[in-house]
Order: sequence, then C-alpha cells, then structure tokens
Amino acid sequence: MSEYIYPILFGVVAGTISRILLLRTDYRQYPTYLHGKIIHLSLGFIAASLGALAVPALLEKEFTAVTLLTVAATQFRDVRNMERNTLTEMDSFELVTRGKTYIEGIAISFESRNYLVMFTGFLTSLSYILWNVFIAIIVAIVCFVLGHILMSGSVLEDIVKIDQADISFDGAGLYVDNIYIMNIGLAERKKEIMKYGMGFIVTPKNMNAISTIGNLGQRQAIIHDVSVALGVFRDSGTPALTPLIKRDLDDGRLGVFILPQIRDVAVAKKVIGSVPVLENAVRMPSETNAYKKGAHKK
Amino acid sequence: MNIEKAILAVITTNKEKIAGGAPIFLCETKQELELIAANLEAIMDGIAHALSEELFIIVKH
Repeated sequence: MSEYIYPILFGVVAGTISRILLLRTDYRQYPTYLHGKIIHLSLGFIAASLGALAVPALLEKEFTAVTLLTVAATQFRDVRNMERNTLTEMDSFELVTRGKTYIEGIAISFESRNYLVMFTGFLTSLSYILWNVFIAIIVAIVCFVLGHILMSGSVLEDIVKIDQADISFDGAGLYVDNIYIMNIGLAERKKEIMKYGMGFIVTPKNMNAISTIGNLGQRQAIIHDVSVALGVFRDSGTPALTPLIKRDLDDGRLGVFILPQIRDVAVAKKVIGSVPVLENAVRMPSETNAYKKGAHKK
Repeated sequence: MNIEKAILAVITTNKEKIAGGAPIFLCETKQELELIAANLEAIMDGIAHALSEELFIIVKH
C-alpha cells in the first residue's frame, strides 16, 4: 500500500464532509430531491478526490498531474451550466418567478462550493503528509468554518430599513405609501387587492444600497422569496394579482407590494430582511475613484 | 424587434372616444363594462387597466 493512501483518503473524506455541510435544503427549496442531492454529493466527492490527489502527484514530481485540475475547472463550470439550465426551465412554471439574477447567483454558488471542497481536500491531505493526522483534522475544521463564512453572503437587512406601509388606490392607480405600483381597472380586483395585499417600504441605508436594491433581479428575488415563505394569492389566469416592486425615483426607496397568504407583518418583514443580497446586483458607487479623491464633499 | 406589451382589447361606454386598432367592445353601462372587462381579463390572461371611468383596455404583459 502506498504511503499516500491515508492522506488521500483523509482529504477525500474531509472534502466530502465539507460538501455535505454546505448542501443544506433551506427555504429556497433547492435541491429538494434525493437525486439532486446525490448529484451534488458525487460531484463533491470527485472535487475532494481531485484536490487530495494533487498533493502526492506534486510530491512525486508528477507535475503534469496538475493539468488534471483544469479538467476539474471545466467540469465544475458545467455544474454551473446545469444548475442554470434546470432552474431557468423550471422558472417559467413558478407562480412568481425567481428571475435570472437570482438563478445566476445560485448557479455560481454551486460552482464555487465545489472549488471550496477541492481546496479542503488539497489542504487537508497536504497537512497530513507534511505533519500528522491531528494537524490535518485542525486544518479540516478551519476549512469547514472558512467555507461556511465564505458561502454566507450578506442579507438585505444589512443594507436597508424595512417598514410596513399602507396600500391605497387613487382612481385606478395602486400606491404603496406614495410609490405608484400599477393600474388596476376592475373594481372586483381592487377589492381583492385591498383585502389581501400588503405594502412595505424598503429604505436604503446608503448610496451603495440605493443602486443595489434598484437592480431588477434583486427586486424579483425579494418578491420570489416572500412568495415562497408566505404563499401568494395568485393563479395563472389572474395576471392582475401580481406582487410588484417599484422604485421612488427621488430617493431610491422601494415600494414592495405583495399578496401573501399568511398575513403576518412581523414575519413578512423578517422574510424581506433575510433575502440574500445577490452578488450580481451589488454596486459600489462609493468605491469609484472620483468619490475617493474627495470630489463628493457635502 | 420584440413587442412585449400589446393592447388585446378596448372596452368602452363612449364610442366617440375610440377608433380602429384593437378589437373594440361597446357597452351600455358601467356594470356591463366591468363584466366584459372581467371576462376578457380571465380569457385573455391579460390585465384590465382603466384609462378613465368609461375606457378600459386589456393589456398582455
């Protein structure tokens, strides 16, 4: 038996465990099915093996073995494609769609998790070979914690303030606070909306947040998450009953109009607050050089 | 070019105000107008928007 067998096994196991820890089925309900989970666990296992195998290959001066990692990169990019395609296909059958930005965010995180697994496998088997199993265990734990920190992005609550607001009609125009949402013609629909609708005002805390929550994908993510968590009063034949978010052009506040089945203000606020800030929606105007050099002084 | 929104039907009680284009439904009363608009909304999967008290349109979004 090769001297590397235990380090490799250890790396593979540590990497696979880190994939299991990162694979949680939460309110996003994805991946829900056993089959979906098995796909991701198997890919995690492959990633861990690749990472763990790289160390002995390098130590044996088999440098060409590193090219195997490029194969891995291609493989995991395909994971992203697979996730994107599946979710996009399913999105058209959702009562309230996820939106492309949200899907892309999910797909990216599936890809990057595999890389984290690969690094975990690499680092643990490396430390096993260089030192001993105990240090490898410590490294594995550090990797789990780091992976967890890296994979949990910020939530909306960090960048905005959420308040409940009244919904009202001015003629046919539906308003949340003073923000115009849409035109509803039928008296019957108006009654339903007044009965089931709820309004919230999302106020950005700073300039960066204004641009971030202005993103249409980010707004769709808010509506989707709220509809998943609280249910939605809507069906395929009633396009007038659509949760919508519109923006106040003056100050960048958002008027959130939702039609939840569970009408609980506190829960709704909490759900909106815990919507992830999508990586693709984040804008940092305050980081531009013009601002940094002090051109923007009040 | 891809046209995303379209007026599928126009419903009105005032025929002076309308001409041509989309299918037009003339109604006698406000009740009739609401009824037809509600039915068309359900059938066409569009939204009934009110441009004024006597003029509704069904829009596909």
